[in-house]
Amino acid sequence: MSVIAIPSPTTNLSSVSSGNALELRGVTKLFGALAAISDITMTVRSGERRAVLGSNGAGKTTLFNCVTGDFFPTSGTIRLFGEDVSRFPAYERIRRGLRRTYQISLLFGGLTVSDNVYLACRGVSRGRFSLFRTRASDPVRTRVEELIAAVNLTEATDTLVSELSYGQQRQLEIALALAGAPRLILFDEPAAGLSPTERRELINILTSLPGHIGYVIIEHDMDVALRVAESVTMMHNGRVFKEGTPEEIENDPEVQALYLGHGDE
Amino acid sequence: MAVIENPDRSADATPRSRSWYEGISTGWWVLAAALLFMPAVANDFVLFQVFGWTFILGMIALSLMFLAGYGGMVSLIQMSVAAMAGYMVAIFGFSGISDLSLGMPWWVYLPLAILIATIFGTLVGALAVRTEGIYTIMITLAIASAFFYFTRQNYSIFNGYTGFNLVVPPELFGVDWRQPMPFYYLTLGCATIAYLAVVYVSRAPFGLVLQGVRDNPRRMAALGYNVVAHRIAAYAFASVIAAVGGILLVWQNAQIAPGTAGIAAVIDILVIAVIGGIGRPIGAFIGAIIYVVLSTFAPDFLLSIGMSGERFNLLIGLGFLAIVFFSPDGILGLWDRWRARRAKRGDPLTGESASGGDAP
Ligand SMILES: Nc1ncnc2c1ncn2[C@@H]1O[C@H](COP(=O)(O)OP(=O)(O)O)[C@@H](O)[C@H]1O
Ligand SMILES: [Mg+2]
Repeated sequence: MSVIAIPSPTTNLSSVSSGNALELRGVTKLFGALAAISDITMTVRSGERRAVLGSNGAGKTTLFNCVTGDFFPTSGTIRLFGEDVSRFPAYERIRRGLRRTYQISLLFGGLTVSDNVYLACRGVSRGRFSLFRTRASDPVRTRVEELIAAVNLTEATDTLVSELSYGQQRQLEIALALAGAPRLILFDEPAAGLSPTERRELINILTSLPGHIGYVIIEHDMDVALRVAESVTMMHNGRVFKEGTPEEIENDPEVQALYLGHGDE
Repeated sequence: MAVIENPDRSADATPRSRSWYEGISTGWWVLAAALLFMPAVANDFVLFQVFGWTFILGMIALSLMFLAGYGGMVSLIQMSVAAMAGYMVAIFGFSGISDLSLGMPWWVYLPLAILIATIFGTLVGALAVRTEGIYTIMITLAIASAFFYFTRQNYSIFNGYTGFNLVVPPELFGVDWRQPMPFYYLTLGCATIAYLAVVYVSRAPFGLVLQGVRDNPRRMAALGYNVVAHRIAAYAFASVIAAVGGILLVWQNAQIAPGTAGIAAVIDILVIAVIGGIGRPIGAFIGAIIYVVLSTFAPDFLLSIGMSGERFNLLIGLGFLAIVFFSPDGILGLWDRWRARRAKRGDPLTGESASGGDAP
């Protein structure tokens, strides 16, 4: 596993980065009458690594969708690195250093691995509208190769994504999220469906991320979650149920009754 | 996802060590030579009417192919954009209607015509990109028919029902560009440039991003792309190609009237693009030559077997139906499947399976 070289945030960001990466205040998302999430208030510090736990349908993915701007919350405010982005389109938030992966891989099946990563790198750099092909000497090419190597897909560089195995597609999802200079990454169940080896590789990638990159990871597997996160948010029925350190959450009787008990089923 | 993909995987991502021309297969060289030396064998009618018209319609269909194939946006405005450029040439340049034509020099009216047509196409795009699928077709068709009725009723600018006659190309370099051979090379040159531009751009960031937007707009937004802006920019790019086609069209006919972009003409561009195959740029020209040959020769053929010459529309309609029914990716799709089947069957002599013919 190569250590991932990710550019540090440039210029004036350092003043903000001592503060909070993400602040949610009273965020609610209704689907018709159903409140997928209601009145979520939470804060993620810059560089913090947070796990979000909760049973299926607890609203974890919906929370991510509201943060990234995949859709707008019904009410509440979202601040990203100190800036109110509640009404910003997704691409504006991404350009501010937010990244995400999708629970169900959302990749370009008809393109190769390197083209997928290329699109991710181009999306957060200049020249998105360029009519001129990218030369082999362009730095973005090197970056694409680095990212592919970082998630161990070098042999699959020219493979069509639709021909990748499930585990490889999950790895590619992560490569896309690492493009550019991420500051906060939302991982939506990246370990789901992975083999034990792939799971170990994933943990390696996450723990070797540079310190200035914070992330929020949705993870069902307590063991994985506790190894990659320093704080935990438990969600239940669209609400924040408990927050604390991994130890606090693990030993909380209410959490055990609600969640860990279910895990034994 | 990605129904329409270039068979050459990732030509962009792999740095090339080979010279650019080594990647071009023999078939293309033969086609290029045949087209270059066509005037040696073809008569004036074939050069001017068959090939000239094919290249022009092919370019306009190519602009639709770019939007539909790479962008997933089926626009019916391309013929109107072409006609807009044609009108602007007549209005800012010269025509038989000297009251309305402003008589500017060619180096003013040509760029101006392309610019105005491009703005027109881009504005329509800005309205259309917020819709999807059938709604894109409907909104662009609605604007196309509005354009048709407007030009027919407006006499102060578009000269209404009659339009403009005697619109001819400027005598650049002492050549009369409406003579069959010069016109053949003029349209061939423009069509070639447009074709190569589309092929090139399809693997440049702009084209790649457009294909990403087609396959998965939500993901593209989550990668930092402004999806709406990209779609509108695609309309702008396509409009330039359609505009050049429209200028050539007005020169070929020496006139322009509302019917140039009437509903039938608007639909014909869609038919041409679909018949040829909307997945690849060359499909536009394949569709165009089929359309031109049918509409040029079918009337005589139908008359000779005792049917009305007007029925050639029926032939084209039936051909369209057959294509949509049997091969949604057009003639090119049929060709691909035939080659795939042949490759699988293997060489009849050695029994080895062929590599499909495009191995380096
Ligand atoms: N696009 C949507 N439309 C309607 N309901 C949705 C949508 N997305 C999620 N939901 C509903 O919101 C609730 C929370 O879903 P989700 O956020 O996916 O949960 P989790 O990721 O925690 O399993 C579920 O009841 C789900 O059915
Ligand atoms: Mg989920």
